[in-house]
Amino acid sequence: MSQVSMTVNGKSASGEVEGRTLLVEFLRENLSLTGTHVGCDTSQCGACVVHVDGKAVKACTMFAAEAEGADVRTIEGMANDDGSLGTIQQAFQDHHGLQCGFCTPGMVMSAAALLSENPNPSEAEIRDYLEGNICRCTGYHNIIKAIMAAAGQDVSGIAAE
Amino acid sequence: MPADGGIGAATARREDVRFLTGVGNYTDDINLRGQAYVHFLRSDVAHGTLNSVDTSAADGMPGVLRIFTGADFAEVGGLPCGWQVTDRHGEVMQEPAHPVLAQGKVRHVGDPIAAIVAETREQARDAAEAIEVDIDDLPAVIDMKAALEDGAPKVHDDLTSNLCYDWGFVEENKGAVDEAFANAAHVTTLELVNQRLVANPMEPRVAVGDYNRGTDDSTLYTTSQNPHVIRLLMGAFVLGIPEHKLRVVAPDVGGGFGSKIFHYAEEAFCTFAAKALNRPVKWTSSRSEAFMTDAHGRDHVTKIELALDADNNFTALRTDTHANMGAYLSTFAPSVPTWLHGTLMAGNYKTPLIYVNVKAVFTNTVPVDAYRGAGRPEATFQLERVIDKAARELGVDPIALRRQNFVTEFPYATPVAVEYDTGDYVATMDKLEEIADLSGFDARLAESQAKGKLRGLGINCYIEACGIAPSNLVGQLGARAGLYESATVRVNATGGITVMTGSHSHGQGHETAFPQVVADMIGIDASMIEIEHGDTANTPMGMGTYGSRSLAVGGSAMVRATEKIINKAKKIAAHLMEAADADIELKDGQFSVAGTDKSVAWGDVTLAAYVPHNYPLEEIEPGLEETAFYDPANFTYPAGAYACEVEVDPDTGKVTIERFSAADDFGNIVNPMIVDGQVHGGIGQGIGQALLESCVYDESGQLLSGSYMDYAMPRADDVPFYVVDHSCQTPCTHNPLGVKGCGEAGAIGSPPAVVNAVVDALQRAGHGVTHIDMPLSPSRVWQAMQG
Repeated sequence: MSQVSMTVNGKSASGEVEGRTLLVEFLRENLSLTGTHVGCDTSQCGACVVHVDGKAVKACTMFAAEAEGADVRTIEGMANDDGSLGTIQQAFQDHHGLQCGFCTPGMVMSAAALLSENPNPSEAEIRDYLEGNICRCTGYHNIIKAIMAAAGQDVSGIAAE
Repeated sequence: MPADGGIGAATARREDVRFLTGVGNYTDDINLRGQAYVHFLRSDVAHGTLNSVDTSAADGMPGVLRIFTGADFAEVGGLPCGWQVTDRHGEVMQEPAHPVLAQGKVRHVGDPIAAIVAETREQARDAAEAIEVDIDDLPAVIDMKAALEDGAPKVHDDLTSNLCYDWGFVEENKGAVDEAFANAAHVTTLELVNQRLVANPMEPRVAVGDYNRGTDDSTLYTTSQNPHVIRLLMGAFVLGIPEHKLRVVAPDVGGGFGSKIFHYAEEAFCTFAAKALNRPVKWTSSRSEAFMTDAHGRDHVTKIELALDADNNFTALRTDTHANMGAYLSTFAPSVPTWLHGTLMAGNYKTPLIYVNVKAVFTNTVPVDAYRGAGRPEATFQLERVIDKAARELGVDPIALRRQNFVTEFPYATPVAVEYDTGDYVATMDKLEEIADLSGFDARLAESQAKGKLRGLGINCYIEACGIAPSNLVGQLGARAGLYESATVRVNATGGITVMTGSHSHGQGHETAFPQVVADMIGIDASMIEIEHGDTANTPMGMGTYGSRSLAVGGSAMVRATEKIINKAKKIAAHLMEAADADIELKDGQFSVAGTDKSVAWGDVTLAAYVPHNYPLEEIEPGLEETAFYDPANFTYPAGAYACEVEVDPDTGKVTIERFSAADDFGNIVNPMIVDGQVHGGIGQGIGQALLESCVYDESGQLLSGSYMDYAMPRADDVPFYVVDHSCQTPCTHNPLGVKGCGEAGAIGSPPAVVNAVVDALQRAGHGVTHIDMPLSPSRVWQAMQG
């Protein structure tokens, strides 16, 4: 066991971990930040996406020890300071971009990373960027629409409401 | 569209806030004090004699609390099957034992052999490595037809063969059907495979067992679509725990699609082990484990024949299907290829004579059970494919051939035992032609051709039977359960309402849609109504959520309970206003006396119910809480028409979905936003089946598609935006909301549209292709083009 320390959602966090402890396990089990989910064991599904030093990372692909000193942001850190939903979160609610909610934290974190890299992505760019995030409920329609809306695009012409 | 949050409003979902901020409460988020962890050691061979399990080296390893094997469950019941099918000879199906942990034999890769409970997950996993398992490999049976050959290895030694049942439906019609084929002007025949799929809800299954020695109460937290069903099956049939000593909680559940209906061994194990060890015991499935333990779906091999007369009227339909049960009978497995499949073979058409034969077969594979649509996608796919093939053989327009044979008068009794109450298949097809812009297809075809691509258009219809089902009917058909639903409406003193439903939401949005109904009935704001679900401790006995039944059955129970509330509230209001009960009207949350300006508010009445100082105590009890159980009179029959346009790359065989349009008739709609979302998701899964997904075993029974590395899930760039419409509405006539259910439609209606479109594209390009089995991968399409 060794000690690991990092900043998570703006607060310092530390704990004892085994060498094999994954970042996602540290977040969920040591810090009880259970918003980050585990949907697979092959780094395919994207339910565990968090931001590490500003970049989207699948938290199952990194050991907790590798995040020593890092600035980590999870879904729990995405709302506004007053507790209201952030722009992307609000767009997901407004456009029904989630159903069971299990993939949602990863989707929101990936969307946030995309929009910070590319503030006005096309539909094709969004679909391509979400290649590593699987959703089984929505058929992706309303996720794409929500991200376009969060980017400030007019989505009223997209079929169905 | 009303803006008041009542029926018909596209109200944003209240449950989203917790999911979007990371504070949902999924089963794996539950950690109990003193919790231990279980790891299951599973068979890595498909079929074998289990000689011994030596745990001696593992028993003393760090953190190990106890290692369980099949012997520990010798006195415990097996996992029960909830449906008994009677075959065409009047014999009941063969029903093998299904032990919690393997006893004597292993029968599929993933069959649990031992369960290691340890202080940590890692210690349990490490100890599993030290267990010595002695298995003599036996030849595995994977292919269904091979499994039925004389001398085939038997999955269950105590059964007479690998045939579970040989079901004929309707057996009495067989002679007439054969005669109609003999007299047909044209017969179209199609052999096809509806491939095995894995449901793959994004949340893997989890179970946490807990036991209180002080009260002798057991609790199971589990990823279930129907916690009461699990309580009944596990308590009564497996562990012998009476229901009043067993609580089952299914908190936030991350999708189900059928795979979380069933009672699984891990649930029984964790509940059993928690008592044995007097500690909470937790199991979290990995995705790899999910692939080899969650019940799979589909897996039918079918020959279908359609007979037509000289005027292209359908005169008879005959099908012959082999349905894979896997190694054991999962909870509702026998019903899927029979009563959920054969009864839908009429589709939207007035074919007068139908005969369906289904042979259900045991193989050394994971058990197969309901997956989104459950039997109805299999029925729809073969029917809509054979109709398309017939149209092409006859040189007639596939839409015209369908329209010519539509059922147009309702109610309509099919020759396969069900009666459609309402529908308007002409209207949904008209709507589809409009929203899919079929008149613009030729121009789009020219554009594709200019790019060097092939383009095709596929059309199909579907009908499904939802809202399962009248209990007395399903009892006659072999169900070992009733299929009612329940609701308790608890009105609090200050007017707020808690509705406790036996339905379960795992993505469907009950917490938003159900309050819309009650709000509408009483005329109060939906924010005054809260939905409780998922915990047997605080909800009435219910049968849960599957088969698109929540609103049609659970919503109806809630309506009935709310009606009781309103009736009682009117009596209280009448007393408060010194008027006759019959003169009281309720509108916008105000009770008034007809023809006067007297009124009292909802809150005045609810307060009086709990502070009954001025109250008709001699006539009615204080309080305002009512329960209703609703048993449906019939299935509901959603129906629709779907269109798909594809492009095919002639060099690679890659198919892309260019347009997808769905015109559905779901009867009345409570929340159109949620309905759209349900259809989108179903279409996404249907496109997944059509183009990408396939669960593959090799000849020895190894699961080749055992992770997301090998099982192709649809991703965002595999699908387009969909055009969906549900403005054609023929309300259900037998439930109080007039609703039909929308959860499975997309998955049922979309696969044939995609395959019809690809075949159309290839035929337009001059290829003589009449069918390609799903998934239509680039290699399969390319090979088909090579002739």
